[in-house]
Amino acid sequence: MFSFVARRLAVAIPTLLILVVISFILMYAAPGGPFNSERPLPPEVLANIEAKYGLDQPFWKRILDYIVGVVTHFDFGPSFKFKDRSVNDIIAQGFPVTLTYGAISFLVAIVVGISLGTAAAIRQNTWLDYLAVGVSIGAQVLPNFVMAPILLLTFTLWLGWLPGGGWNGGEWPYLVMPVIALSTSYMASIARITRSSMLEVLNTNFIRTAKAKGLPMHRVIWKHAMKPAMLPVLSYLGPAFVGMITGSVVIDSFFSTGGIGTFFVNSAFTRDYSVMMGITILVGALTILFNLLVDVLYAWIDPKIRY
Amino acid sequence: MLPNPGNLEGVIDAMAAAEVKGRSLWADARTRFMRNKAAVVSLILLALVAAFALLGGLIAEWERDFVDFSLTGRNAHLGVPSIETGHFFGTDNNGRDLYARVVQGTGISLMVGIVGALVAVVVGTLYGATAGYFGGRLDGVMMRIVDVLMSIPFMFVLILMLVIFGRSILMLFLGIGLISWLDMARIARGQTLSIKNKEFVEVAVATGVHPIKIILRHIVPNLLGIVIVYATLLVPNMIIFESFISFLGLGVQEPNTSLGALINEGAGTMQYGTLWQIAFPLFFFVVTIFAFFFVGDGLRDALDPKDG
Repeated sequence: MFSFVARRLAVAIPTLLILVVISFILMYAAPGGPFNSERPLPPEVLANIEAKYGLDQPFWKRILDYIVGVVTHFDFGPSFKFKDRSVNDIIAQGFPVTLTYGAISFLVAIVVGISLGTAAAIRQNTWLDYLAVGVSIGAQVLPNFVMAPILLLTFTLWLGWLPGGGWNGGEWPYLVMPVIALSTSYMASIARITRSSMLEVLNTNFIRTAKAKGLPMHRVIWKHAMKPAMLPVLSYLGPAFVGMITGSVVIDSFFSTGGIGTFFVNSAFTRDYSVMMGITILVGALTILFNLLVDVLYAWIDPKIRY
Repeated sequence: MLPNPGNLEGVIDAMAAAEVKGRSLWADARTRFMRNKAAVVSLILLALVAAFALLGGLIAEWERDFVDFSLTGRNAHLGVPSIETGHFFGTDNNGRDLYARVVQGTGISLMVGIVGALVAVVVGTLYGATAGYFGGRLDGVMMRIVDVLMSIPFMFVLILMLVIFGRSILMLFLGIGLISWLDMARIARGQTLSIKNKEFVEVAVATGVHPIKIILRHIVPNLLGIVIVYATLLVPNMIIFESFISFLGLGVQEPNTSLGALINEGAGTMQYGTLWQIAFPLFFFVVTIFAFFFVGDGLRDALDPKDG
C-alpha cells in the first residue's frame, strides 16, 4: 500500500509542475505587458514598475522564482491590477466560500445520488425506478448554466421564496440555489452509475447466496452489495470534482456568491494574469490531490487493483 | 446409385440461388438500431435541427446583425415573436432578429461538437491504437502522458489561453481539440489490447506486414464500432463545453453567436419579461443534447450487443 501511494505521488508532483510551467509559459508568451495601457507610461516609470514586479528579469529567473515561491510558502505573487492585494489575499477571500458550497454540493450529490440509484436498482421496473431514470436523463441535459437561471426565475422572481444572490456569511437561504444548481447534474450521473452497477452486483452469485442464507434485504445491500457496487461510482468522483470546481465559476457569476470563480472570470476580462495563474494552479493542485485520494480509496476497496 | 451429374449441377445451382443473403455486422447493427424507437426519433430530430441550422437562414426575413433601433428599450412589448413582423422568435435586447441568431448559434454549436468529435476520432483512435499495439514501455509513456493531461483542469487552462491569445473560434477549436481525444485514446487502447492477440493480426504479423499498416488496416477498422459510439456521446459534451465558455463571454464573439452565448443573454434579460430570449435557444440546446445522447445510447446497444 505504501509503495502504491508513493508511486502515485511520484506521478502527481511532476503533473503539478507541468501545470505550473504551462501556465507560466502562457503568461510569458502573452503579447503586451500588464501595464501597457492606452495612454503609454513614460519609459522610466514603466521600467520602475516592471522592476518592482520582477518583469525585467530573464525568463528562467522569473519561472524559478515563481516555482520556489509557490512551493516553499504558497506565495502566488502580487496581483497586477489591485496594487494593495496579493493573489493570496484574493484566494483567501474567495476560496472559503467556494469550498463551503462546493463541499455541500458534493456531499448532496453523493448521498442523494447513491440513495436514489440504490433504491431504483432494488425496485427495478417500478415507478420509483422510472422516476429515478427520468430525473437522471433530464438532469443530464440541463447543465448548471441552464439550471441556475431556471431556479432564479422560479424561486426568486415568481415565488419570491429565496434571495436571488449574495452570500451573507453562508446562511442557508443563500446556499439552497447554488447547491441545487451545482449538484443536480452530478447527482443524476451518480444515480445512473449506482443503479447500473448495483443491478449488476445484485445478479451475482454471492448475493444469491446471501439471500439464500436468509439475510434481510438491508443487510444484503449494506454488507455485501454496497462495496463492490461503489467502484464505478468512485472512479466517477474524480471527473465530478473537476466538473464542480469548473461549475463554481457559473455559480459565482449567477448568484454573486463571491467565490474564486468571480475573481477568475473578472481577472480573465482585466487580464490580471497572476490571479488567473494562481487560481489555475490552486485548482489543479486540488484536482490532482483529489484524484490521488480516489485512487488510494479504490485500491483500498478493491485489493485486486494494482497499477 | 450414382447421382446424375447433370442433376448434381442443378442442385448446386439451386443452392447458389437459394443461398441466404449474408448479413454484415453493420446490417445487423442497423436493424437493431431501427428497433430502438427513442434513437430513431432522436436521429430524425437531429436531422431537423441540422436542416434548421443549414437552411433556416433562407427564410429569415432579417439579417442577424441588423439592429432595429426603433425597438430599443421597448423590446418587451414590440419584440414579441410573431409571424407578421418577420421576427419569428422575437428580437433580442438590441433589436436584432432572434430567429437569425438562433440559426447561426445552432450551426456554430453543432460545428463545435462535430469538430471536437472528429479530433477525438482521428487523434484519439490512432494514439490509443498505437499505444495498445506496441505495448511495453512506449505504451507506458504514452498512457502516462494521457493521465497527466487528464488531471489538469482544462477549462481553466483554456480560459487562460483564450484570454492571452485572444478570443476566436479558432482558439476555441484548438482548445476543444486538445482535450477531446483523451478519453477516446484510453478506450481505443483498451480495445486494441483485446484485438491484437487475435489470429488475423497474428497472420498479418507473420506475413511481414508493416506495423503501421497493421494498425491502419487491421486494428482501426475493428475499433470503429466503439469509436463511433463514444464519438456520438462526445458531441453533446463538447457542445456543453463550448456553451459554458461562451456563456462566460469568452467563447464565440459578437456579432457571431452560439447557443451558450444566446442562453447567457436570455438569462440576463429574463427579469424584463422577454422570456422568448431564453426559451428558443434553450429549446434547441436541450433538443440537440437529448437527441445526441439517445442516438449514442441506441448506437451502443446496436454495435455492442453483449447484453443480448
